Amino acid sequence: MKTESNLEKMFNAGHFAVTGELGPPKSANLETTLHHAEEMRNHVDAYNITDNQTAIVRTSSIGVAANLVQRGMEPVVQMTCRDRNRICLQADLLGAVSFGALNFLCLQGDHGNFGNETGCKNVYDLDSTQLIQAVKNMRDDGVFVGGDKLEHPLPKVFIGAVANPFADPFEYRALRLAKKIAAGAEFVQTQCIFDLDRFEKWMEQVRELGLHKKVKIMGGVTPIKSVGAARYMQNNVSGMIVPEELVQRIKGAEDKKKEGLNFAIETIKRLQEIEGVHGVHIMAIAWEEIVPEIVERAGLYPRPAVN
Amino acid sequence: MIVGERKPLAEIAELLEPFRKILVLGCGTCVTVCLAGGEKEAAETASALAVLRKKAGKEAEIDTQTMVRQCEYEFIDEDKDKLDNYDAILSLACGVGVQTMTTRLPEKIIMPGLNTTFMGYPLEQGVWTENCLGCGDCELGLTMGICPITRCSKSMMNGPCGGSQEEKCEVSKDVDCAWHLIYERLLKLGMAGRMAVIQPPKNWATSHHGGPRTSVREDVRLENGK
Ligand code: SF4
Ligand code: SF4
Repeated sequence: MKTESNLEKMFNAGHFAVTGELGPPKSANLETTLHHAEEMRNHVDAYNITDNQTAIVRTSSIGVAANLVQRGMEPVVQMTCRDRNRICLQADLLGAVSFGALNFLCLQGDHGNFGNETGCKNVYDLDSTQLIQAVKNMRDDGVFVGGDKLEHPLPKVFIGAVANPFADPFEYRALRLAKKIAAGAEFVQTQCIFDLDRFEKWMEQVRELGLHKKVKIMGGVTPIKSVGAARYMQNNVSGMIVPEELVQRIKGAEDKKKEGLNFAIETIKRLQEIEGVHGVHIMAIAWEEIVPEIVERAGLYPRPAVN
Repeated sequence: MIVGERKPLAEIAELLEPFRKILVLGCGTCVTVCLAGGEKEAAETASALAVLRKKAGKEAEIDTQTMVRQCEYEFIDEDKDKLDNYDAILSLACGVGVQTMTTRLPEKIIMPGLNTTFMGYPLEQGVWTENCLGCGDCELGLTMGICPITRCSKSMMNGPCGGSQEEKCEVSKDVDCAWHLIYERLLKLGMAGRMAVIQPPKNWATSHHGGPRTSVREDVRLENGK
């Protein structure tokens, strides 16, 4: 069975892909989430749905994905290793594939210390690299982690990973991506890019290793809404670098929201020029309605059709 | 060694509330070294408890003793006779000691006076740090002496997560990133190539996840368990 995801086809056709992030709510009422999804329907190729991000309990990524599939929208299901052991991760993957999800983003997940269930047991049975390999082995060899066989082949799922050029040790970060590729990662989404110089340095290393030819790289972009938001990310979000220069730029602007937006659009335009960057993942957290404008102003609209 | 911390006095007082004749029993090994449950701490705990009980108008008779080790029958048997005539014993041993005592002396009431925190070592005077979870399948040979299972907050096996910044772990600026340390060490030893080797899923069945563990050495076993 060869059923490529729309996202994978987009890459294969050589287009600069666009995905949008959806953060599920702390309730089972998905009205707002689905409304945001509708707003960007014509502007993104797929929706990346967070999985209890920052360890805060929300509707599951898979739950939202099922709702998207029903509406003819393509999800990228995030799967973290924090909350589920290998039994549950593999079972959930099968469950998600059963309703038509094809893109899976495998990640370690923020530590439980961060969220709203700080007394939780962090699972971490598999790590992100092992999860990537587990999905690949299920798909390519039809075997579970424990060696048992799947009763039917898994459709062609598209395996994603995350990469953070802003984490340390910096000189290891491209090699870390190489390891995830060796494990089976086919596309990768980066941490939000605010420090473009560092990102470009990382991309240089990525190209030196020839990784950009083996994996589809999507740069993460977040439009900054206010000085407070910039400061918050600068000081409180793990694994992020928000240069002081950028904070000052927003601070100095008359219309701070507009300036944050301008920076995001500049970033996407620059990403399109960097050899080896194949797409953008827009994380407009609590500002989802702005996604269409960003896509249009970045010159990425209309989205090409693939089949 | 096993590291512990004494429980808050209020909690101890609550545990011992129904009892009048109380023995505070220190343990002479690990918890003496980590200054949590030795002879000195037993004396301090006993006098603090006595004051508290007196204030509450519920005076108690409180003695103290210290056993060489509460985690071996041999030492428990040696001191057994001195443990009679108490309504309850507050053990300042680790959880291993408390349970070994309970198993050997089932007729006695043994209450825990410590929170057993971890297996670790003293980093500096007054600071102890955890470095082994007893996973049952030691990985230190791969990482050259730095435990990724214990010292990485996410027990990662294949390198640092995206939260590692400036050598610190994402959970706290006070915690070193284990994978940063491993990376630096492998680099120094000329073994950085190891970082590229994909470590397969760990077999957690050798750890506590496989259920409570028992270790048997047939070669040193005596007949009848004596
Ligand atoms: S690998 Fe296992 S046995 Fe070795 S130090 Fe770490 S937890 Fe302890
Ligand atoms: S920052 Fe380092 S120690 Fe902390 S969870 Fe990530 S890899 Fe592990």
